[in-house]
Amino acid sequence: MNILYFIIQQTMYFAIPLLIVAIGGMYAERSGVINIALEGIMVMGAFVGISFISIFQDSMNGQLLLILAILVSGVVGGIFSLLHAFASINMKADQTISGTALNMFAPAFAIYVARMVQGTQQIAFTDTFYISKVPVLGDIPVIGDMFFKNCYIITYIGIAIYLVAAYVIKNTKYGLRLRACGEHPGAADSVGVNVAKIRYSGVIVSGVLAGIGGIVFVVPTSTNFNATVAGYGFLAIAVLIFGQWRSNKILMAAFFFGIMKTLSSAYSAIPFLNALPVSSEIYKMFPYIATLVLLAFVSKNSQAPKAEGIPYDKSMR
Amino acid sequence: MKKINNERFVGLSASVLAILCGLLFGFILLLVTNPSQAVNGFLMIVQGGFTDGMKGIGDVLYYATPIIMTGLSVGFAFKTGLFNIGASGQFAAGAFAAVFVGIKWTFLPAGIHVIVCLIAAILAGALWGIVPGLLKAYFNVSEVISGIMMNYIGMSLVNLLIRTSIYDQLKNQSLPVAETAVLSKMGLNKVFDGANINAGIIIAVICVILVYIILEKTTFGFELKACGLNTNASKYAGINEKRNIVLSIVIAGALAGLGGALLYLAGSGKFLQVLDVVAPEGFAGISVALLGSSNPIGILFAGLFIGYITVGGYNMQLYGFVSEAIDIIIAAIVYCGALSLLFKTLIYKFQMKKRNKNNKKEEA
Repeated sequence: MNILYFIIQQTMYFAIPLLIVAIGGMYAERSGVINIALEGIMVMGAFVGISFISIFQDSMNGQLLLILAILVSGVVGGIFSLLHAFASINMKADQTISGTALNMFAPAFAIYVARMVQGTQQIAFTDTFYISKVPVLGDIPVIGDMFFKNCYIITYIGIAIYLVAAYVIKNTKYGLRLRACGEHPGAADSVGVNVAKIRYSGVIVSGVLAGIGGIVFVVPTSTNFNATVAGYGFLAIAVLIFGQWRSNKILMAAFFFGIMKTLSSAYSAIPFLNALPVSSEIYKMFPYIATLVLLAFVSKNSQAPKAEGIPYDKSMR
Repeated sequence: MKKINNERFVGLSASVLAILCGLLFGFILLLVTNPSQAVNGFLMIVQGGFTDGMKGIGDVLYYATPIIMTGLSVGFAFKTGLFNIGASGQFAAGAFAAVFVGIKWTFLPAGIHVIVCLIAAILAGALWGIVPGLLKAYFNVSEVISGIMMNYIGMSLVNLLIRTSIYDQLKNQSLPVAETAVLSKMGLNKVFDGANINAGIIIAVICVILVYIILEKTTFGFELKACGLNTNASKYAGINEKRNIVLSIVIAGALAGLGGALLYLAGSGKFLQVLDVVAPEGFAGISVALLGSSNPIGILFAGLFIGYITVGGYNMQLYGFVSEAIDIIIAAIVYCGALSLLFKTLIYKFQMKKRNKNNKKEEA
């Protein structure tokens, strides 16, 4: 039983950032803008957020600091994503180009600033956010052990973000308009929807969530930030495509990947896996191979937004 | 005819403007971080490879070689409408195959050995490319996601194979390759005064020419480009688009794989490291391809340009700057390249103004 709890707790660390960022990517892509810059935005969010923690950790403590840092990361991610929105919406640029530029910029900028300011590349922080047991809820048998022990507050923030984001895109007027802009912007425009505005909002939401995803990834898995989020932005894009641009499938994809990742990185703590005569690299490859195989089965009917990646040109309507 | 020339002129000047804007952004960055040394540091970037005379130029060519290859790989796939983000994995696969053959197959005579290494790299890269190609053509799996997955699989697999076959345990890296597997310096190191340059750059240039010929002068290249422009139209015209998708990524993979061989057989003291990092050369290739607007000749110059300011970035450290400034500048240039519409309209407007003025003069 303890092993099961351990796996679930670990899975949260990996799945929650993927979930948040992939949901963000969904907002951009369903509005019609491919956001390949998620990786760069995550790095940027994590960089500023962790710097914030590292500066204020002596004067502040615990959960409030973490929540403030998450807010800072989100704001930074949103602002950074404006660059992508401007290029792809106003300038009708090739969206992979500006996305790639942002992906290149963020880690270089993080290293440059960190080394210019403090001399070293790593930004260290003290993990004062770990919760060994949530009061009251942690005492519930089974469920308490699964979800309310050895955790971080970000797990619950992440799930809340997911629920809100999934609800908004499915059930609100704004969500409907956003989806319309990704499928047929001409039609949306003809009934008075401001396509540029909606697409801006989609990209900004993706930026905010990717920024948050960056810090959410770094805090539980490390005690310093080294200008990288280990390719999680790209994995989030994979989760997004794997989840067929639909929020409920993205949830499943993120947790599928999270579990795979947990098994591959924490296999040595799981007795029956550790006993197998398989080297660590095989375990590391496993999540990616499993995703590829699954994709081969589910991709035949791709449900990608139809107008994705195509700049909207009023004169072409 | 004149119209086409003007379009080319505008396109080229838009690229030059993008580069200038990127450099300007870099200068401002240096000014903000350290005003007293900014001018010196910036001059180092602009002088780039010319700072150290012939050795500097040789180093530019050495740095440019692998990223020209990955740039070609990404650019070639772009032409078929595919985004080969998997160039990193193909690069790593090629690098491993070359180094493996370079260490183990010492029974081959000198001269043949290095060629077999290169062929092994090409095959390994192509093999790494065929997976996303088949998945895309027959299972409709986005090549972006399968490319990303293949990058990670490649990274772990290469680490595993290095550790079990050609491992130097003390240094956590691959063993050195045999003398017979190192690319010939061809006397270039004498011309360029001790730089790490070797035959690799010549092979890269040959690849540029080959890719140019395939894309511009053959039916096969025409079909590839047609698939990239409009899949449905080309299907209707009787082009086998599935075969073309697979071939396009396979060739792209072969190019990236060869790039890996050229870097690790250079005899410059670079070894395959056992690290959990996806090869950065593949991602550099994306910016090279974008800077060169997927045109083989453009990619050659873009690769040389990035090699040039990379050397400048190393020299800049003399003045206390961090060499990552170069990556920031490249990112700014790529971003400005995305804004080419803005630049193009600016240039057109400028031309119109000039023409109007001339017309007025003639009238007067």
